[in-house]
Amino acid sequence: MTTRARPSAHLALYLALGVMFGVVVTKSEVISWFRIQEMFRFQAFHMYGIIGSAVLVAGVSLQLIKRLDAHSLDGDVIVVPPKEMGHGTRYWLGGLLFGVGWAFIGACPGPLFALLGAGVSVILVPLASAIAGTWVYGALRPRLPH
Amino acid sequence: MTLLSFALEALAKPWPWYVAGPLIGVFVPALLLVGNRTFGVSNNLRHACAAIIPGRVAFFRYDWRSEGGWNLAFALGIVIGGALAARFLNGSAVIQLSDAARTSLASFGIHDMTGLVPRELFHWSALLSWRGVVLMVGGGFLVGFGTAYAGGCTSGHAISGLADLQLPSLVAVLGFFAGGLIGTWLVLPYLMGG
Repeated sequence: MTTRARPSAHLALYLALGVMFGVVVTKSEVISWFRIQEMFRFQAFHMYGIIGSAVLVAGVSLQLIKRLDAHSLDGDVIVVPPKEMGHGTRYWLGGLLFGVGWAFIGACPGPLFALLGAGVSVILVPLASAIAGTWVYGALRPRLPH
Repeated sequence: MTLLSFALEALAKPWPWYVAGPLIGVFVPALLLVGNRTFGVSNNLRHACAAIIPGRVAFFRYDWRSEGGWNLAFALGIVIGGALAARFLNGSAVIQLSDAARTSLASFGIHDMTGLVPRELFHWSALLSWRGVVLMVGGGFLVGFGTAYAGGCTSGHAISGLADLQLPSLVAVLGFFAGGLIGTWLVLPYLMGG
């Protein structure tokens, strides 16, 4: 994460991108609990097609950005910060816990926000609980293996 | 028929994976080009903690406005996008679920498949049952704890991380999936039967 402040004019741009993302995940049924169950039961290609083609498009774009040495609107060189492996514990264990929760609520963080907008008011419960879970992680962080 | 109503009608149909997937992928370069930001949503949970109740926890003592302002704006946009899709684009229509999935879910007691979430499990009064608490409160907690521990969620690891060929993200995604299979095949049937 960079620590530089960004001009607030950009916030409108991020808001607009968020609106588009919210429409895409809602219209493609990615936010549906049923679709996530269907994925984990291997009963349709839908979610695999979405994630796979998203990774493909993002991957090709990243290669282009790196090879063309592209700059952001601010004129900065674009950098994708690498993730540090360490012992790897945080990735498999954190991933595993996240996955169980994902199967339960049928939504990961992006879709949680879209579901709230789509009028599923009870989603405030898992959303608040997810914030609490992140807080507990923060408090326990010095004592957890990473 | 005006052009606008024609467009709205086309957009109101369910979007197939080969339209939605590539569109989602485009958010990775778009956010980098706009402001050198890595696509990911789960950091908003951390920013929420930092903004609301940082306490004395070092993990939450940072300038969330400058680091997370863009991401919070993006998340607010997702809420608005979900609302617009539901209101104007038939976004909460009955989903195109496979027959196999319908049969499986019916076999453990889920019969109403008309909403975005199963109404039989996700409603306010379900919080009075253990099952509802485990699913909604427990599931949400695991998502928040797990994503903070793993340093990313489906967007940050599965899409941004895999697209950038980062090994830690692959480990995290395998973990997401293994956890999802455990939750789906071992825990949910138990919860539904009990």
